[in-house]
Amino acid sequence: MSKKSFKPVNMQGPVCPVPHRHTDTVVIGHGSGGAMTRDLIRNIFQSHLGNAYLEQGNDAARIALQSASGELAVSTDSHVVFPIFYPGGDIGRLAVCGTVNDVAMLGAEPAFLTAGFILEEGLPMENLTRVIESMAAACEESGVQIVAGDTKVVEKGKADGVFINTAGFGLIPPGRDLGGQLAQPGDAVLISGTLGDHGIAVLQARGDLGFESGIQSDVAPLNKMIAALLEAVPDVHVLRDPTRGGLATTLKEIACQSQISIHLEEEAIPVKPAVRTACDMLGFDPLYLANEGKLIVVLPENKAEIALEVLHKSPYGAMATRIGLVAEADPEQVLLKTPYGTTRILDMLSGEILPRIC
Amino acid sequence: MCLGIPGKIESVYEDHGTKMANIDFGGVQREACIEVIPDAKPGDWTIIHAGFALNLLSEEEARETLDILEQMGDLDELEAMKKQDQSG
Amino acid sequence: MANQIPDFLSGYRNAKLVKTVLAEMHQTVTQPWTLMEICGGQTHAIMQYGLDQLLPDEIELVHGPGCPVCVTSLELIDQALMIAKQPDVIFTSFGDMLRVPGSSEDLFSIRAAGGQVRVVYAPIDAVKIAAQNPDKQVVFFAIGFETTAPANAMAVIQAEKLGLTNFSILPANVLVPPAIEAILSSPQNRIQGFLAAGHVSAIMGYWEYPPLAEKYQTPMAVTGFEPLDLVNGILATVRMLEEGRVAVENAYSRVVTYEGNKIAQQMLAKVFKPVDRNWRGIGTIPLSGYGLQEAYQRFDATQRFDTSGIQTEESEICIAGQVLRGIMKPSQCPAFGTLCTPQTPLGAPMVSSEGACAAYYRYGRKSS
Repeated sequence: MSKKSFKPVNMQGPVCPVPHRHTDTVVIGHGSGGAMTRDLIRNIFQSHLGNAYLEQGNDAARIALQSASGELAVSTDSHVVFPIFYPGGDIGRLAVCGTVNDVAMLGAEPAFLTAGFILEEGLPMENLTRVIESMAAACEESGVQIVAGDTKVVEKGKADGVFINTAGFGLIPPGRDLGGQLAQPGDAVLISGTLGDHGIAVLQARGDLGFESGIQSDVAPLNKMIAALLEAVPDVHVLRDPTRGGLATTLKEIACQSQISIHLEEEAIPVKPAVRTACDMLGFDPLYLANEGKLIVVLPENKAEIALEVLHKSPYGAMATRIGLVAEADPEQVLLKTPYGTTRILDMLSGEILPRIC
Repeated sequence: MCLGIPGKIESVYEDHGTKMANIDFGGVQREACIEVIPDAKPGDWTIIHAGFALNLLSEEEARETLDILEQMGDLDELEAMKKQDQSG
Repeated sequence: MANQIPDFLSGYRNAKLVKTVLAEMHQTVTQPWTLMEICGGQTHAIMQYGLDQLLPDEIELVHGPGCPVCVTSLELIDQALMIAKQPDVIFTSFGDMLRVPGSSEDLFSIRAAGGQVRVVYAPIDAVKIAAQNPDKQVVFFAIGFETTAPANAMAVIQAEKLGLTNFSILPANVLVPPAIEAILSSPQNRIQGFLAAGHVSAIMGYWEYPPLAEKYQTPMAVTGFEPLDLVNGILATVRMLEEGRVAVENAYSRVVTYEGNKIAQQMLAKVFKPVDRNWRGIGTIPLSGYGLQEAYQRFDATQRFDTSGIQTEESEICIAGQVLRGIMKPSQCPAFGTLCTPQTPLGAPMVSSEGACAAYYRYGRKSS
């Protein structure tokens, strides 16, 4: 008997036939947790978002705490905006800024984010790359790091390209106390800029209503502007961003939490002419449209001027202005004085905003 | 019935034999059907409702009405001033 | 054009001019008068700016059945819902109609259950959807007054030009003059002056109104939609009433002419014919709606789809009819603000943003 040479067979390598390497679009295999997932994470996610925490490569990030005391601000959001790209922004920028802002509204300095992705089978890899690059840029701008992530892939039709969930963490400095329940009678109400830009930009991008305008989404990270504001005016009472539901709904929430009323001057509320025109055309009220880069500030009246000065110095606060004040009577009411001297009551947004013919 | 807003015709064209126009509403542009104002030309003003032009908008008439109302205001002011002079 | 509204248009929002007209109105009025506007868009504008709060106390402004959403009959809505539920149907509609309750559901809930329901801004967009989806039947809910009727007619004409066999409309247009006559001829009528709807008149002119004004001795003013237009129209009507003069005046002359848009009227006559129509809460008003002419019958969705077997049930509590005719105010309804709110509407006037009930609720008219 002669000894035959024995070469171990590697069943993992190309056997027959050679599988197609999916680099153009996301396919179900990318979510399987195997080599394809590993490659996707390495080539797309880590190459743009990479940092020491992500490099740890374990099931959870391990983060050393700077101090043993203080309080943690935690927020989470799911982002399902359609379409994923729109004038002035995209779902990636929206995801980072939205969570950064939520954490910052409590006066915390946002530091760490998580990001979970649900990708739709068939999503072009180019689009995914664009979204991740945009997230990286937003992280860089706001000074946060994405320290943990997850990726799943669902069948075509089960997600609009990509859904993103983010959670954000930041430390609240000791002694800082901000919240919707802290508005006081006599406080001034400020807004950091024009209203309705994001809502109209997204509607336009959807294409169903067939209009064009130069309106860009205002999506922006506001944490640095907020830090500067709180440095100059530590006794701000409430910070909130008027996202879904718009300025009116958000102020209504604050009025209910604080059990006070808010009085607004319609003429003082900044709205871009093109946004106003789009609203007139479709029958929308700009006070109910979503904003993703605006800040409501409720603070003692005698600090309003200083606050506005600080806000004006930020690229995101150039149009900041006073729009109203807080009063004790008629708790939970938000009242709007029209240019004709009459007053109307603003209620919460009820249901979906739909274009109307009447 | 009603949500009609004024817009200026930027250009006119045809789509499958139907007269259309690109309308500028002041920062917002949209196409609209101008089949019922077929002689409309770029520079004309119109009222658009549900993507459809209702009629031409006359700048002249608009100004005339405003002038009349402004004069009403001047007359009122004159009356008020006269009354002040008389009681003063 | 820069992002600027020119002065000959922005002037109609000028607060000083509005005050001037109101001052003149206060000077002119010497006794109580009851006026009605019959246009949802006007109701909305009046409520949004609180203009009714600025009128002299002597003037009562009643909001008539001017919201096509509110007056569309329950049967038609139930028919729309039945069609929308069919597989392979894309049901298209103006946004206003999506939340209007039928006997047991609305278009929103049909969409949630998997039906294809799409909002369009222009009827002609529904035709585009039909052209892009040859394997589906696309149906458009053709509501509206005479203002919207030409756009609806155009959609049918365009579908014919494109040779589409998968497009149809659910005819639901209503007409203003028959409604005015129905109100004025009612023994309970207390309306003394009318604001005629400006954009309806842009299409139809106002030649139909002098016979009505004369017959019922009720002056009318064709009125626009900006704050200045509204107070100007009210002033014109009040002046006529104070002078005892019965006439029809045009207070929206920049858009409305006596004869109206003849080409639009011809288009309407070509595609539509007047039919009896049931107005929700009011009842059937003869020749007060538009149906399709013989030549266009094939575009009628009620001919294409089987909509028999509908059981229509109105809410017993909803007093929409009395509100629409100006006999009751929304705040007088026992369900107002409690059982019936914008989130839980019992009838159409609470759903549509210029339905009288929704307007009262949103703009805070909690007390009559």
